[in-house]
Amino acid sequence: MTNAWLSGTIIAFLAGSVGFFVVLRGSAFAAHAIPNGAFAGAAGANLVGVNPLVGLVVFALGAAFGISSLSRRTRSDVATALALVMMLALGAAFLATSSAYEPAVNALLFGEILGVSSNELLPVALLAVVSAVGLAVLYRPLLLSSISSDLAVARGVNVRLIDVSFLVVVALSSALAVPVVGALLTFSLMIGPPAAARIVTSRPPRALALSVGFSMLTLWAAVASSYWTNLPIGFFVGTLSAAVYLAAKVWSRAQSRRLRRALA
Amino acid sequence: MHVLLEPGLFSNDTVRTALVLGALVSIVSGVVGVFTVLRGQSFAGHALTDVATAGGAGASLAALSPLAGFIGGGVIGAGAMDAIGVQRVKDRDVATGVVLGAATGLSALFLYLITLQTTTTGSTQSILFGSVFTVEPSTLPDVLVLTALVLVGLAVIRRPLLMSSISPELAAARGVRLRAVGIVFMVMLAVAVGLSAIVIGSILSTALLIGPPASALRVSTRLSRALLLACALGVAATWLGIVFAYDSYYWFGSGRGLPVSFFVVVDVLAEFVLVSLVARRRRRLLAPFGRGARPDHVGWI
Repeated sequence: MTNAWLSGTIIAFLAGSVGFFVVLRGSAFAAHAIPNGAFAGAAGANLVGVNPLVGLVVFALGAAFGISSLSRRTRSDVATALALVMMLALGAAFLATSSAYEPAVNALLFGEILGVSSNELLPVALLAVVSAVGLAVLYRPLLLSSISSDLAVARGVNVRLIDVSFLVVVALSSALAVPVVGALLTFSLMIGPPAAARIVTSRPPRALALSVGFSMLTLWAAVASSYWTNLPIGFFVGTLSAAVYLAAKVWSRAQSRRLRRALA
Repeated sequence: MHVLLEPGLFSNDTVRTALVLGALVSIVSGVVGVFTVLRGQSFAGHALTDVATAGGAGASLAALSPLAGFIGGGVIGAGAMDAIGVQRVKDRDVATGVVLGAATGLSALFLYLITLQTTTTGSTQSILFGSVFTVEPSTLPDVLVLTALVLVGLAVIRRPLLMSSISPELAAARGVRLRAVGIVFMVMLAVAVGLSAIVIGSILSTALLIGPPASALRVSTRLSRALLLACALGVAATWLGIVFAYDSYYWFGSGRGLPVSFFVVVDVLAEFVLVSLVARRRRRLLAPFGRGARPDHVGWI
Protein backbone atom coordinates (compact mmCIF):
# COMPACT_ATOMS: atom_id res chain seq x y z
CA MET A 1 0.00 0.00 0.00
CA THR A 2 2.95 2.39 0.56
CA ASN A 3 3.58 2.14 -3.18
CA ALA A 4 -0.04 2.97 -3.91
CA TRP A 5 0.11 6.09 -1.74
CA LEU A 6 3.46 7.23 -3.14
CA SER A 7 2.61 6.67 -6.79
CA GLY A 8 -0.87 8.10 -6.24
CA THR A 9 0.53 11.27 -4.75
CA ILE A 10 3.00 11.73 -7.62
CA ILE A 11 0.22 11.17 -10.17
CA ALA A 12 -2.23 13.51 -8.45
CA PHE A 13 0.39 16.25 -8.18
CA LEU A 14 1.14 16.04 -11.92
CA ALA A 15 -2.50 15.65 -12.99
CA GLY A 16 -3.50 18.67 -10.90
CA SER A 17 -0.82 20.92 -12.36
CA VAL A 18 -1.12 19.70 -15.97
CA GLY A 19 -4.91 19.75 -15.66
CA PHE A 20 -4.91 23.42 -14.69
CA PHE A 21 -3.58 24.20 -18.17
CA VAL A 22 -5.79 21.59 -19.85
CA VAL A 23 -8.86 23.39 -18.52
CA LEU A 24 -7.45 26.84 -19.25
CA ARG A 25 -6.67 25.89 -22.86
CA GLY A 26 -9.85 23.95 -23.45
CA SER A 27 -7.90 20.81 -24.41
CA ALA A 28 -10.01 18.28 -22.53
CA PHE A 29 -10.45 16.20 -25.68
CA ALA A 30 -6.69 15.86 -26.22
CA ALA A 31 -6.27 14.97 -22.54
CA HIS A 32 -8.87 12.24 -23.06
CA ALA A 33 -7.29 10.95 -26.29
CA ILE A 34 -3.64 10.75 -25.19
CA PRO A 35 -4.13 8.23 -22.32
CA ASN A 36 -5.99 6.00 -24.79
CA GLY A 37 -2.84 6.09 -26.90
CA ALA A 38 -0.94 4.99 -23.81
CA PHE A 39 -3.39 2.09 -23.47
CA ALA A 40 -2.60 0.93 -27.01
CA GLY A 41 1.10 1.17 -26.10
CA ALA A 42 0.70 -1.02 -23.04
CA ALA A 43 -1.21 -3.59 -25.11
CA GLY A 44 1.51 -3.48 -27.80
CA ALA A 45 4.31 -3.81 -25.24
CA ASN A 46 2.55 -6.89 -23.88
CA LEU A 47 2.45 -8.32 -27.41
CA VAL A 48 6.14 -7.88 -28.22
CA GLY A 49 7.27 -8.46 -24.65
CA VAL A 50 8.93 -5.20 -23.65
CA ASN A 51 8.50 -3.19 -20.45
CA PRO A 52 4.93 -1.77 -20.38
CA LEU A 53 6.21 1.64 -19.23
CA VAL A 54 8.15 1.94 -22.51
CA GLY A 55 5.00 1.17 -24.50
CA LEU A 56 2.95 3.63 -22.45
CA VAL A 57 5.41 6.48 -22.96
CA VAL A 58 6.12 5.82 -26.66
CA PHE A 59 2.45 5.53 -27.67
CA ALA A 60 1.31 8.46 -25.52
CA LEU A 61 3.98 10.58 -27.24
CA GLY A 62 2.85 9.16 -30.60
CA ALA A 63 -0.73 10.24 -29.87
CA ALA A 64 0.48 13.72 -28.86
CA PHE A 65 2.53 14.18 -32.04
CA GLY A 66 -0.28 12.66 -34.13
CA ILE A 67 -2.78 15.19 -32.77
CA SER A 68 -0.46 18.13 -33.28
CA SER A 69 0.53 17.19 -36.83
CA LEU A 70 -3.06 16.44 -37.90
CA SER A 71 -4.17 19.74 -36.30
CA ARG A 72 -2.15 21.58 -38.92
CA ARG A 73 -4.37 20.11 -41.64
CA THR A 74 -7.80 20.19 -40.06
CA ARG A 75 -9.75 21.49 -37.06
CA SER A 76 -8.15 20.39 -33.84
CA ASP A 77 -11.23 18.57 -32.49
CA VAL A 78 -11.45 16.53 -35.70
CA ALA A 79 -7.70 15.83 -35.55
CA THR A 80 -8.04 14.65 -31.95
CA ALA A 81 -10.99 12.40 -32.78
CA LEU A 82 -9.09 10.79 -35.68
CA ALA A 83 -5.95 10.23 -33.58
CA LEU A 84 -8.09 8.82 -30.76
CA VAL A 85 -9.90 6.23 -32.89
CA MET A 86 -6.63 5.19 -34.55
CA MET A 87 -5.04 4.57 -31.14
CA LEU A 88 -8.06 2.67 -29.80
CA ALA A 89 -8.24 0.57 -32.96
CA LEU A 90 -4.54 -0.29 -32.65
CA GLY A 91 -5.15 -1.22 -29.02
CA ALA A 92 -8.05 -3.48 -30.03
CA ALA A 93 -5.89 -5.11 -32.73
CA PHE A 94 -3.01 -5.72 -30.29
CA LEU A 95 -5.42 -7.26 -27.78
CA ALA A 96 -6.94 -9.50 -30.44
CA THR A 97 -3.58 -10.85 -31.58
CA SER A 98 -2.16 -11.45 -28.12
CA SER A 99 -4.04 -13.55 -25.65
CA ALA A 100 -4.17 -10.90 -22.97
CA TYR A 101 -5.49 -11.88 -19.59
CA GLU A 102 -8.83 -10.08 -19.19
CA PRO A 103 -8.40 -8.72 -15.64
CA ALA A 104 -5.08 -7.21 -16.79
CA VAL A 105 -6.84 -5.43 -19.66
CA ASN A 106 -9.55 -4.15 -17.33
CA ALA A 107 -6.91 -2.88 -14.90
CA LEU A 108 -5.31 -0.95 -17.73
CA LEU A 109 -8.65 0.58 -18.74
CA PHE A 110 -10.16 1.26 -15.33
CA GLY A 111 -7.15 1.41 -13.03
CA GLU A 112 -5.50 -0.68 -10.32
CA ILE A 113 -4.28 0.89 -7.08
CA LEU A 114 -1.27 -1.40 -7.05
CA GLY A 115 -0.55 -0.60 -10.71
CA VAL A 116 2.97 0.62 -9.99
CA SER A 117 5.30 -2.00 -8.50
CA SER A 118 8.19 -1.05 -6.23
CA ASN A 119 10.83 -1.50 -8.93
CA GLU A 120 8.85 0.82 -11.22
CA LEU A 121 8.62 3.54 -8.60
CA LEU A 122 12.03 5.00 -9.49
CA PRO A 123 11.43 5.37 -13.26
CA VAL A 124 7.94 6.74 -12.51
CA ALA A 125 9.38 9.33 -10.12
CA LEU A 126 12.09 10.30 -12.65
CA LEU A 127 9.53 10.78 -15.44
CA ALA A 128 7.36 12.80 -13.07
CA VAL A 129 10.31 15.08 -12.30
CA VAL A 130 10.94 15.52 -16.05
CA SER A 131 7.28 16.51 -16.64
CA ALA A 132 7.20 18.84 -13.65
CA VAL A 133 10.42 20.57 -14.75
CA GLY A 134 9.04 20.83 -18.30
CA LEU A 135 5.88 22.44 -16.98
CA ALA A 136 7.86 24.87 -14.82
CA VAL A 137 9.99 25.92 -17.80
CA LEU A 138 6.87 26.34 -19.95
CA TYR A 139 4.87 28.12 -17.22
CA ARG A 140 4.99 31.76 -18.38
CA PRO A 141 4.70 31.35 -22.18
CA LEU A 142 2.16 28.56 -21.69
CA LEU A 143 0.00 30.71 -19.44
CA LEU A 144 0.19 33.60 -21.88
CA SER A 145 -0.61 31.52 -24.97
CA SER A 146 -3.44 29.74 -23.13
CA ILE A 147 -5.12 33.02 -22.22
CA SER A 148 -4.52 34.84 -25.49
CA SER A 149 -2.65 33.24 -28.33
CA ASP A 150 -2.66 36.56 -30.27
CA LEU A 151 -0.94 38.33 -27.40
CA ALA A 152 1.57 35.50 -27.14
CA VAL A 153 2.38 35.76 -30.87
CA ALA A 154 2.80 39.52 -30.52
CA ARG A 155 5.28 38.97 -27.68
CA GLY A 156 7.32 36.66 -29.90
CA VAL A 157 6.26 33.36 -28.31
CA ASN A 158 6.47 30.37 -30.67
CA VAL A 159 2.89 29.24 -30.07
CA ARG A 160 3.17 26.07 -32.14
CA LEU A 161 6.24 24.94 -30.21
CA ILE A 162 4.44 25.66 -26.94
CA ASP A 163 1.43 23.64 -28.14
CA VAL A 164 3.54 20.60 -29.00
CA SER A 165 5.61 20.82 -25.81
CA PHE A 166 2.45 21.01 -23.73
CA LEU A 167 1.02 17.91 -25.40
CA VAL A 168 4.33 16.13 -24.67
CA VAL A 169 3.97 16.99 -20.98
CA VAL A 170 0.36 15.73 -21.06
CA ALA A 171 1.63 12.52 -22.70
CA LEU A 172 4.33 11.89 -20.08
CA SER A 173 1.96 12.51 -17.16
CA SER A 174 -0.71 10.32 -18.77
CA ALA A 175 1.76 7.48 -19.27
CA LEU A 176 2.47 7.55 -15.53
CA ALA A 177 -1.16 7.80 -14.49
CA VAL A 178 -2.63 5.11 -16.77
CA PRO A 179 -1.41 2.01 -14.82
CA VAL A 180 -2.95 3.33 -11.59
CA VAL A 181 -5.99 5.38 -12.63
CA GLY A 182 -6.76 3.61 -15.93
CA ALA A 183 -6.64 4.80 -19.54
CA LEU A 184 -10.30 5.81 -19.61
CA LEU A 185 -10.26 7.77 -16.34
CA THR A 186 -6.88 9.52 -16.32
CA PHE A 187 -8.31 12.58 -18.04
CA SER A 188 -11.10 13.03 -15.48
CA LEU A 189 -8.48 13.82 -12.82
CA MET A 190 -7.15 16.49 -15.20
CA ILE A 191 -10.60 18.08 -15.70
CA GLY A 192 -12.80 17.92 -12.58
CA PRO A 193 -10.44 19.16 -9.83
CA PRO A 194 -8.77 21.89 -11.99
CA ALA A 195 -12.14 23.13 -13.27
CA ALA A 196 -13.35 23.28 -9.66
CA ALA A 197 -10.24 25.28 -8.70
CA ARG A 198 -10.88 27.73 -11.53
CA ILE A 199 -14.42 28.29 -10.27
CA VAL A 200 -13.21 28.99 -6.73
CA THR A 201 -10.45 31.45 -7.67
CA SER A 202 -9.44 33.22 -10.86
CA ARG A 203 -5.85 34.04 -9.88
CA PRO A 204 -3.54 31.66 -11.77
CA PRO A 205 -0.99 30.77 -9.03
CA ARG A 206 -3.71 30.23 -6.45
CA ALA A 207 -5.88 28.24 -8.87
CA LEU A 208 -2.89 26.08 -9.76
CA ALA A 209 -2.16 25.33 -6.09
CA LEU A 210 -5.83 24.63 -5.38
CA SER A 211 -6.04 22.39 -8.45
CA VAL A 212 -3.15 20.27 -7.15
CA GLY A 213 -4.80 20.15 -3.71
CA PHE A 214 -8.19 19.07 -5.06
CA SER A 215 -6.59 16.49 -7.31
CA MET A 216 -4.63 14.97 -4.40
CA LEU A 217 -7.73 14.83 -2.19
CA THR A 218 -9.68 13.17 -5.01
CA LEU A 219 -7.03 10.55 -5.67
CA TRP A 220 -6.37 9.77 -1.99
CA ALA A 221 -10.08 9.37 -1.37
CA ALA A 222 -10.33 7.15 -4.47
CA VAL A 223 -7.39 4.95 -3.42
CA ALA A 224 -8.84 4.54 0.09
CA SER A 225 -12.37 3.78 -1.17
CA SER A 226 -11.09 1.33 -3.74
CA TYR A 227 -9.00 -0.40 -1.08
CA TRP A 228 -11.94 -0.74 1.31
CA THR A 229 -14.66 -1.69 -1.16
CA ASN A 230 -12.57 -3.67 -3.65
CA LEU A 231 -14.32 -1.84 -6.50
CA PRO A 232 -12.22 -0.48 -9.42
CA ILE A 233 -10.44 2.79 -8.60
CA GLY A 234 -11.60 4.30 -11.91
CA PHE A 235 -15.16 4.38 -10.64
CA PHE A 236 -14.13 6.53 -7.66
CA VAL A 237 -11.76 8.79 -9.62
CA GLY A 238 -14.41 9.49 -12.27
CA THR A 239 -17.33 10.15 -9.96
CA LEU A 240 -15.33 11.99 -7.26
CA SER A 241 -13.76 14.30 -9.86
CA ALA A 242 -17.21 15.21 -11.11
CA ALA A 243 -18.41 15.60 -7.50
CA VAL A 244 -15.58 18.07 -6.70
CA TYR A 245 -16.56 20.10 -9.75
CA LEU A 246 -20.26 20.11 -8.81
CA ALA A 247 -19.45 21.07 -5.21
CA ALA A 248 -17.43 24.05 -6.45
CA LYS A 249 -20.31 25.10 -8.73
CA VAL A 250 -22.82 24.92 -5.88
CA TRP A 251 -20.43 26.81 -3.59
CA SER A 252 -19.91 29.61 -6.10
CA ARG A 253 -23.64 29.94 -6.69
CA ALA A 254 -24.30 30.19 -2.95
CA GLN A 255 -21.46 32.71 -2.70
CA SER A 256 -22.91 34.98 -5.39
CA ARG A 257 -26.37 34.72 -3.85
CA ARG A 258 -24.96 35.84 -0.49
CA LEU A 259 -23.16 38.72 -2.21
CA ARG A 260 -26.34 39.80 -3.95
CA ARG A 261 -28.27 39.70 -0.70
CA ALA A 262 -25.56 41.76 1.04
CA LEU A 263 -25.73 44.39 -1.70
CA ALA A 264 -29.51 44.56 -1.78
CA MET B 1 -11.10 -12.27 -56.70
CA HIS B 2 -10.51 -15.24 -54.50
CA VAL B 3 -7.83 -13.30 -52.62
CA LEU B 4 -10.17 -10.45 -51.70
CA LEU B 5 -13.38 -12.34 -51.13
CA GLU B 6 -12.85 -15.49 -49.18
CA PRO B 7 -15.29 -18.36 -49.84
CA GLY B 8 -18.62 -18.16 -48.08
CA LEU B 9 -18.52 -14.43 -47.46
CA PHE B 10 -21.96 -13.54 -48.76
CA SER B 11 -23.70 -16.78 -47.88
CA ASN B 12 -22.85 -16.18 -44.22
CA ASP B 13 -25.85 -14.85 -42.23
CA THR B 14 -23.70 -13.05 -39.68
CA VAL B 15 -21.87 -11.22 -42.43
CA ARG B 16 -25.11 -10.27 -44.19
CA THR B 17 -26.61 -8.82 -41.00
CA ALA B 18 -23.36 -7.01 -40.36
CA LEU B 19 -23.35 -5.49 -43.84
CA VAL B 20 -26.95 -4.23 -43.56
CA LEU B 21 -26.68 -2.87 -40.01
CA GLY B 22 -23.23 -1.43 -40.70
CA ALA B 23 -24.55 0.46 -43.72
CA LEU B 24 -27.54 1.87 -41.79
CA VAL B 25 -25.35 3.08 -38.96
CA SER B 26 -22.79 4.56 -41.37
CA ILE B 27 -25.54 6.55 -43.08
CA VAL B 28 -27.03 8.00 -39.92
CA SER B 29 -23.51 8.75 -38.58
CA GLY B 30 -22.54 10.43 -41.84
CA VAL B 31 -25.55 12.74 -41.85
CA VAL B 32 -25.41 13.64 -38.16
CA GLY B 33 -21.60 13.83 -38.38
CA VAL B 34 -21.60 16.56 -41.06
CA PHE B 35 -23.46 18.85 -38.64
CA THR B 36 -21.33 17.70 -35.70
CA VAL B 37 -18.10 18.60 -37.51
CA LEU B 38 -19.56 21.91 -38.75
CA ARG B 39 -20.56 22.80 -35.17
CA GLY B 40 -17.17 21.78 -33.76
CA GLN B 41 -18.78 19.24 -31.44
CA SER B 42 -16.56 16.22 -32.14
CA PHE B 43 -15.71 15.93 -28.45
CA ALA B 44 -19.38 15.89 -27.44
CA GLY B 45 -20.06 13.34 -30.18
CA HIS B 46 -17.34 11.07 -28.85
CA ALA B 47 -18.26 11.65 -25.20
CA LEU B 48 -21.91 10.75 -25.80
CA THR B 49 -20.75 7.41 -27.18
CA ASP B 50 -19.04 6.58 -23.91
CA VAL B 51 -22.01 7.89 -21.91
CA ALA B 52 -24.29 5.68 -24.00
CA THR B 53 -21.98 2.73 -23.31
CA ALA B 54 -22.34 3.39 -19.56
CA GLY B 55 -26.11 3.36 -20.04
CA GLY B 56 -25.93 0.11 -21.98
CA ALA B 57 -23.79 -1.55 -19.31
CA GLY B 58 -26.15 -0.32 -16.59
CA ALA B 59 -29.17 -1.64 -18.48
CA SER B 60 -27.64 -5.05 -19.01
CA LEU B 61 -26.82 -5.19 -15.28
CA ALA B 62 -30.43 -4.33 -14.41
CA ALA B 63 -31.71 -6.82 -17.02
CA LEU B 64 -33.30 -4.04 -19.08
CA SER B 65 -33.16 -3.74 -22.85
CA PRO B 66 -29.59 -2.77 -23.83
CA LEU B 67 -30.84 -0.59 -26.70
CA ALA B 68 -32.98 1.42 -24.27
CA GLY B 69 -29.93 1.71 -22.00
CA PHE B 70 -27.69 2.98 -24.78
CA ILE B 71 -30.20 5.54 -26.05
CA GLY B 72 -31.39 6.56 -22.57
CA GLY B 73 -27.81 6.96 -21.31
CA GLY B 74 -26.92 9.13 -24.27
CA VAL B 75 -29.97 11.37 -23.89
CA ILE B 76 -29.40 11.81 -20.13
CA GLY B 77 -25.73 12.64 -20.84
CA ALA B 78 -26.75 15.25 -23.43
CA GLY B 79 -29.11 16.80 -20.87
CA ALA B 80 -26.40 16.86 -18.20
CA MET B 81 -23.93 18.56 -20.57
CA ASP B 82 -26.53 21.19 -21.41
CA ALA B 83 -27.36 21.75 -17.72
CA ILE B 84 -23.69 22.34 -16.83
CA GLY B 85 -23.38 24.77 -19.71
CA VAL B 86 -22.50 24.23 -23.34
CA GLN B 87 -23.20 27.73 -24.57
CA ARG B 88 -19.65 29.15 -24.36
CA VAL B 89 -17.02 27.14 -26.19
CA LYS B 90 -14.59 26.76 -23.26
CA ASP B 91 -17.37 25.91 -20.79
CA ARG B 92 -18.55 23.34 -23.28
CA ASP B 93 -15.17 21.62 -23.14
CA VAL B 94 -15.27 21.36 -19.34
CA ALA B 95 -18.96 20.36 -19.26
CA THR B 96 -18.33 17.59 -21.77
CA GLY B 97 -15.23 16.44 -19.88
CA VAL B 98 -16.96 16.34 -16.48
CA VAL B 99 -19.96 14.39 -17.80
CA LEU B 100 -17.68 12.02 -19.73
CA GLY B 101 -15.54 11.43 -16.63
CA ALA B 102 -18.53 10.68 -14.40
CA ALA B 103 -20.08 8.37 -17.00
CA THR B 104 -16.82 6.51 -17.58
CA GLY B 105 -16.51 6.06 -13.82
CA LEU B 106 -19.98 4.50 -13.78
CA SER B 107 -18.98 2.29 -16.75
CA ALA B 108 -16.01 1.07 -14.72
CA LEU B 109 -18.36 0.07 -11.90
CA PHE B 110 -21.01 -1.54 -14.12
CA LEU B 111 -18.52 -3.51 -16.21
CA TYR B 112 -16.79 -4.73 -13.05
CA LEU B 113 -20.13 -5.90 -11.63
CA ILE B 114 -20.96 -7.58 -14.95
CA THR B 115 -17.67 -9.51 -14.88
CA LEU B 116 -18.59 -10.71 -11.38
CA GLN B 117 -21.99 -11.93 -12.62
CA THR B 118 -21.00 -13.71 -15.79
CA THR B 119 -18.46 -16.39 -16.38
CA THR B 120 -17.95 -15.63 -20.07
CA THR B 121 -14.75 -13.76 -20.77
CA GLY B 122 -14.31 -10.81 -23.06
CA SER B 123 -17.58 -9.11 -22.10
CA THR B 124 -15.85 -5.84 -21.17
CA GLN B 125 -14.00 -5.69 -24.44
CA SER B 126 -17.01 -6.58 -26.54
CA ILE B 127 -19.03 -3.84 -24.86
CA LEU B 128 -16.25 -1.28 -25.19
CA PHE B 129 -14.75 -2.11 -28.54
CA GLY B 130 -17.80 -3.71 -30.07
CA SER B 131 -18.02 -6.10 -32.94
CA VAL B 132 -20.50 -5.89 -35.74
CA PHE B 133 -20.35 -9.69 -35.98
CA THR B 134 -22.05 -10.07 -32.60
CA VAL B 135 -25.13 -8.02 -33.46
CA GLU B 136 -28.46 -9.79 -33.10
CA PRO B 137 -30.53 -9.66 -36.31
CA SER B 138 -33.59 -9.01 -34.13
CA THR B 139 -32.39 -5.47 -33.39
CA LEU B 140 -32.76 -4.58 -37.07
CA PRO B 141 -36.36 -3.22 -36.87
CA ASP B 142 -35.53 -1.00 -33.87
CA VAL B 143 -32.42 0.29 -35.60
CA LEU B 144 -34.43 1.05 -38.74
CA VAL B 145 -37.09 2.99 -36.85
CA LEU B 146 -34.58 5.04 -34.84
CA THR B 147 -32.49 5.77 -37.94
CA ALA B 148 -35.61 7.04 -39.73
CA LEU B 149 -36.59 9.19 -36.71
CA VAL B 150 -33.18 10.87 -36.57
CA LEU B 151 -33.07 11.51 -40.32
CA VAL B 152 -36.60 12.94 -40.39
CA GLY B 153 -35.88 15.09 -37.34
CA LEU B 154 -32.75 16.49 -38.96
CA ALA B 155 -34.63 17.20 -42.18
CA VAL B 156 -37.21 19.18 -40.18
CA ILE B 157 -34.69 21.40 -38.37
CA ARG B 158 -32.07 21.53 -41.14
CA ARG B 159 -32.38 25.27 -41.94
CA PRO B 160 -32.10 26.72 -38.42
CA LEU B 161 -29.57 23.99 -37.57
CA LEU B 162 -27.33 24.78 -40.53
CA MET B 163 -27.53 28.51 -39.93
CA SER B 164 -26.78 28.23 -36.23
CA SER B 165 -23.90 25.84 -36.97
CA ILE B 166 -22.19 28.07 -39.52
CA SER B 167 -22.93 31.51 -38.12
CA PRO B 168 -24.60 31.67 -34.70
CA GLU B 169 -24.67 35.49 -34.79
CA LEU B 170 -26.56 35.58 -38.06
CA ALA B 171 -28.93 32.87 -36.87
CA ALA B 172 -29.67 34.77 -33.66
CA ALA B 173 -30.30 37.95 -35.65
CA ARG B 174 -32.78 36.08 -37.82
CA GLY B 175 -34.67 34.92 -34.74
CA VAL B 176 -33.39 31.33 -34.51
CA ARG B 177 -33.56 30.07 -30.93
CA LEU B 178 -29.97 28.84 -30.62
CA ARG B 179 -30.37 27.04 -27.31
CA ALA B 180 -33.46 25.13 -28.43
CA VAL B 181 -31.81 24.11 -31.72
CA GLY B 182 -28.67 23.11 -29.79
CA ILE B 183 -30.62 20.89 -27.40
CA VAL B 184 -32.64 19.21 -30.16
CA PHE B 185 -29.44 18.52 -32.09
CA MET B 186 -27.69 17.10 -29.00
CA VAL B 187 -30.61 14.72 -28.44
CA MET B 188 -30.42 13.53 -32.05
CA LEU B 189 -26.67 13.17 -31.74
CA ALA B 190 -27.19 11.11 -28.58
CA VAL B 191 -29.69 8.81 -30.30
CA ALA B 192 -27.44 8.42 -33.35
CA VAL B 193 -24.30 7.58 -31.39
CA GLY B 194 -26.23 5.36 -28.97
CA LEU B 195 -27.45 3.43 -31.97
CA SER B 196 -24.03 3.12 -33.55
CA ALA B 197 -22.36 2.32 -30.20
CA ILE B 198 -24.62 -0.69 -29.65
CA VAL B 199 -24.26 -1.92 -33.25
CA ILE B 200 -20.56 -1.34 -33.92
CA GLY B 201 -19.00 -0.30 -30.60
CA SER B 202 -17.78 3.01 -29.30
CA ILE B 203 -14.52 3.24 -31.29
CA LEU B 204 -16.26 2.88 -34.62
CA SER B 205 -19.11 5.10 -33.56
CA THR B 206 -16.67 8.02 -33.22
CA ALA B 207 -14.67 7.01 -36.29
CA LEU B 208 -17.76 7.01 -38.54
CA LEU B 209 -19.26 10.12 -36.94
CA ILE B 210 -16.15 12.26 -37.51
CA GLY B 211 -13.96 10.70 -40.22
CA PRO B 212 -16.20 10.51 -43.33
CA PRO B 213 -17.95 13.86 -42.63
CA ALA B 214 -14.59 15.62 -42.06
CA SER B 215 -13.34 14.17 -45.38
CA ALA B 216 -16.54 15.14 -47.20
CA LEU B 217 -16.46 18.70 -45.85
CA ARG B 218 -12.94 19.20 -47.25
CA VAL B 219 -14.09 18.86 -50.85
CA SER B 220 -17.82 19.52 -50.98
CA THR B 221 -19.07 22.87 -52.14
CA ARG B 222 -22.70 22.07 -51.35
CA LEU B 223 -24.43 20.64 -48.30
CA SER B 224 -26.28 17.94 -50.24
CA ARG B 225 -23.01 16.75 -51.77
CA ALA B 226 -21.26 16.76 -48.40
CA LEU B 227 -24.05 14.64 -46.92
CA LEU B 228 -24.03 12.16 -49.80
CA LEU B 229 -20.24 11.89 -49.87
CA ALA B 230 -20.08 11.42 -46.08
CA CYS B 231 -22.60 8.57 -46.27
CA ALA B 232 -20.84 6.96 -49.25
CA LEU B 233 -17.42 7.15 -47.60
CA GLY B 234 -18.85 5.76 -44.36
CA VAL B 235 -20.59 2.82 -46.01
CA ALA B 236 -17.50 2.06 -48.12
CA ALA B 237 -15.22 2.07 -45.07
CA THR B 238 -17.58 -0.16 -43.10
CA TRP B 239 -18.10 -2.70 -45.88
CA LEU B 240 -14.40 -2.89 -46.75
CA GLY B 241 -13.61 -3.25 -43.06
CA ILE B 242 -16.09 -6.11 -42.67
CA VAL B 243 -14.68 -7.90 -45.73
CA PHE B 244 -11.08 -7.48 -44.52
CA ALA B 245 -11.96 -8.62 -41.02
CA TYR B 246 -13.71 -11.71 -42.37
CA ASP B 247 -10.75 -12.44 -44.64
CA SER B 248 -8.27 -11.90 -41.85
CA TYR B 249 -9.42 -15.14 -40.23
CA TYR B 250 -7.58 -16.89 -43.05
CA TRP B 251 -4.45 -14.71 -43.12
CA PHE B 252 -2.56 -16.10 -40.19
CA GLY B 253 -3.77 -19.66 -40.53
CA SER B 254 -4.52 -19.66 -36.81
CA GLY B 255 -8.26 -19.11 -37.15
CA ARG B 256 -7.90 -15.83 -35.27
CA GLY B 257 -8.68 -12.61 -37.11
CA LEU B 258 -8.13 -8.96 -36.45
CA PRO B 259 -11.09 -6.92 -35.16
CA VAL B 260 -13.48 -5.18 -37.56
CA SER B 261 -12.98 -1.89 -35.73
CA PHE B 262 -9.29 -1.91 -36.64
CA PHE B 263 -9.95 -2.31 -40.37
CA VAL B 264 -12.80 0.21 -40.49
CA VAL B 265 -10.69 2.84 -38.71
CA VAL B 266 -7.79 2.23 -41.11
CA ASP B 267 -10.23 2.65 -44.06
CA VAL B 268 -11.65 5.86 -42.58
CA LEU B 269 -8.18 7.34 -42.12
CA ALA B 270 -7.07 6.25 -45.60
CA GLU B 271 -10.13 7.97 -47.06
CA PHE B 272 -9.31 11.12 -45.11
CA VAL B 273 -5.74 11.18 -46.44
CA LEU B 274 -6.87 10.46 -50.03
CA VAL B 275 -9.59 13.10 -49.99
CA SER B 276 -7.15 15.64 -48.51
CA LEU B 277 -4.69 14.92 -51.34
CA VAL B 278 -7.43 15.30 -53.94
CA ALA B 279 -8.60 18.55 -52.33
CA ARG B 280 -5.09 19.98 -52.35
CA ARG B 281 -4.48 18.98 -55.96
CA ARG B 282 -7.77 20.44 -57.09
CA ARG B 283 -7.10 23.70 -55.28
CA ARG B 284 -3.75 23.98 -57.00
CA LEU B 285 -5.26 23.26 -60.43
CA LEU B 286 -8.12 25.72 -59.97
CA ALA B 287 -6.10 28.47 -58.28
CA PRO B 288 -5.18 30.28 -61.54
CA PHE B 289 -8.90 30.62 -62.30
CA GLY B 290 -9.69 32.17 -58.94
CA ARG B 291 -11.60 29.11 -57.78
CA GLY B 292 -8.99 27.46 -55.64
CA ALA B 293 -10.30 28.57 -52.26
CA ARG B 294 -11.14 26.05 -49.56
CA PRO B 295 -14.89 25.52 -49.27
CA ASP B 296 -15.87 27.87 -46.43
CA HIS B 297 -19.50 26.71 -46.01
CA VAL B 298 -20.77 30.27 -45.41
CA GLY B 299 -22.52 30.19 -48.78
CA TRP B 300 -24.60 27.23 -47.55
CA ILE B 301 -26.93 29.31 -45.44
